[in-house]
Amino acid sequence: MGFLEKIGLKKKEKVEKGVEKSRSGIMGKIGKAIAGKDTVDAEVLDELEEILITSDVGVQTTIEIINRIEDRVAQDKYLNSSELQRILREEIIALLKETKSDKPADFKAQFPTKPHIVLIVGVNGVGKTTTIGKLAYLYKAAGKKVMLGAADTFRAAAVDQLKIWSERADVPIIQQGQDADPAAVAFDTVSAAKSRGADIALIDTAGRLHNKKSLMDELAKIKRVMGKVVDDAPHEVILVLDASTGQNAMQQAKAFTSFVDITGLVLTKLDGTAKGGIVIGVSNELEVPVKYIGVGEEIEDLQVFDRELYVNSLFSDD
Amino acid sequence: MFEDLSSKLNHAVQSLKGEAKISDVNIAETVREIRRALLDADVNYEVAKTFTNHIKERAMGEDVLTAVNPGQQFTKIVYDEMVEMFGQEREDIAVAHTPPTVILIAGLQGSGKTTFAAKLAKYLKEENNRNPILAAADVYRPAAINQIKTLADSINVPVYSIEQKDAVRAAKEAVSMAKSLALDTVIIDTAGRMHVDEAMMNEVAEIKEAVQPNETLFVVDSMTGQDAVNTAKEFNERINYDGVVLTKLDGDTRGGAALSIKTVVEKPIKFVSTGEKLDALSPFYPDRMAQRILGMGDVVSLVEKAQKEFDQEEAEKLQKKIKSDSFDLEDFRQQLQQVKNMGSISDLVGMIPGADKALQDQEIDEDSFKPIEAIINSMTPEERHNPDILNATRRRRIAKGSGTKVQDVNDLMKQFNQMKKMMQSFSGMGKIGQMMQGMKGMKGKLPFN
Repeated sequence: MGFLEKIGLKKKEKVEKGVEKSRSGIMGKIGKAIAGKDTVDAEVLDELEEILITSDVGVQTTIEIINRIEDRVAQDKYLNSSELQRILREEIIALLKETKSDKPADFKAQFPTKPHIVLIVGVNGVGKTTTIGKLAYLYKAAGKKVMLGAADTFRAAAVDQLKIWSERADVPIIQQGQDADPAAVAFDTVSAAKSRGADIALIDTAGRLHNKKSLMDELAKIKRVMGKVVDDAPHEVILVLDASTGQNAMQQAKAFTSFVDITGLVLTKLDGTAKGGIVIGVSNELEVPVKYIGVGEEIEDLQVFDRELYVNSLFSDD
Repeated sequence: MFEDLSSKLNHAVQSLKGEAKISDVNIAETVREIRRALLDADVNYEVAKTFTNHIKERAMGEDVLTAVNPGQQFTKIVYDEMVEMFGQEREDIAVAHTPPTVILIAGLQGSGKTTFAAKLAKYLKEENNRNPILAAADVYRPAAINQIKTLADSINVPVYSIEQKDAVRAAKEAVSMAKSLALDTVIIDTAGRMHVDEAMMNEVAEIKEAVQPNETLFVVDSMTGQDAVNTAKEFNERINYDGVVLTKLDGDTRGGAALSIKTVVEKPIKFVSTGEKLDALSPFYPDRMAQRILGMGDVVSLVEKAQKEFDQEEAEKLQKKIKSDSFDLEDFRQQLQQVKNMGSISDLVGMIPGADKALQDQEIDEDSFKPIEAIINSMTPEERHNPDILNATRRRRIAKGSGTKVQDVNDLMKQFNQMKKMMQSFSGMGKIGQMMQGMKGMKGKLPFN
């Protein structure tokens, strides 16, 4: 059973083998077990822990959530089951930061500046280029004038890949080919976006492991040159995280933000069984919102992140 | 060696103090710490549970050793169990009786299949004198065929690809092509696919059925979290692969997914892939993986690197010097030189147990040795040998000669003396460990850092 069917976002033929433990009615169970008590049973906490850990929420954040629940139960006392379920949801939602109005996630929303420059970063293989292709298509569909910048000049054929996406989305692309200086491509893209009156420019970068200092320095340079063309550019720096990544995503997030100040997250590959629970801790730690989720390989398979739907999906089974 | 986990466990095993035997009651806290360490390393929840139960059984009834500290005793138990689970024997990939040998590569999107396919081609060509051809059976992802062609060109390996979106056909024809060209190995790169995508899983099963590979490899990103077992199981049920390849191990992930997969599907891990350069592929070593998962750093690799650079006799001399407190600035300078020869400082630090934690918020400046060297180079041999003679006049001269300030010289001397003391107290650790500990102490304190 795929994750997305649970939140009712997408129907797709899925493998129906029981790879995943049934979680039916877990909220009800938790509710029942703590209703009318002023402490939470160890058994219930164990179950909650299992759900959170197996969703990749991580030990640290799981402990934090459990502490919060225990505090609320001790303080409010003798709550009924539905109140407790609500509290659990609330406490987790509170860890996921909200999108700010100057950096809207909605495709139709007005940007505070024109052009709105977005830099996309992340480690190798998380789906940066695909995400840009989808964003380009969705912004264009919402009536925005979009421009792409192919600053992943390192990976073999990455420029070709983005070019194909730009054709599919029918938006212009700025490129200099493989092995060109990525900072120069970024500079050109921002300049072109400015002179051609684009609403938004999306700049792709090469995947890089966050512990490679020289590559991270290069990224910081790419970011720096953009500000020379348009004030305060880039206005968004989006870190793409793969939902199947475990606790290392936190290290990725911390490292990337120390070099380029991440302002938002995209969680990709949510069409499998992975839940990407690490974003809860990352969003809380970096104080940045999750803006989009990637849910498939088609060009329209990207959605604006909904905190409530996401948290519900962690606990529901159908 | 067992620094990180054992220091955590040291705290947890307080309850063992004064106990003669390890029992159910007195190790509860310890077991919890071990479990947490495993979960932090992305070992699957169920696997971590089973694993800690094994540890409990193994430890129960053992005497609490007084010779070593209990944290170390426990870490040793955990480490041994993990190495055992990974299996001691290294398994090579299969070779066909009648060529060509067909190798099928499958995995999720972004796991690094294409890069691995090219690395494997290079590896087989260079290490085993084989003549491989790469088959581009990823017919979906935009520019995937261009990617494999670019990589193949760089290692002089031919690629077979077709225009049509028919992966089964591409794979089959690649095998025929290999036969007609008398190439002995076909490496089939397939599209990344989600294990829940029925149509795509059918496709890879069909490819397998059609080409009957001698070796099927499942490629998995070492950063994968709890879901690793789901994908590994699902792929195994569909294509019954022969081995696993762990990619992106050059990151700082602990790679607990390796243990989860090994436990759940019981297939050997055959290769680890560690970088974007096409020669960054190596066989799998269970002991190193266990150390990594337990946060012990890749001590073995570090030692191997060190052994290449360090002269055993020199090292022993140095050890004696440290013990007798005659370690001087000339020795220090030589040490700096040797460390520099070993590679980038950040890579080295990454291999030291616990260092990643200790240094996580500090940036490592690869040039940070330069002013230190300049200062030492500006000293006379006598001054290097006997730093005590460094009076104000000498210090002024050295500062001038090295383009630094007197304060910098003073700071270096202060740090050097502290480091000497520290080195003596770390006599239990390896030489590099001492060296790095010394530097870590200096980090951030020197004005030019």
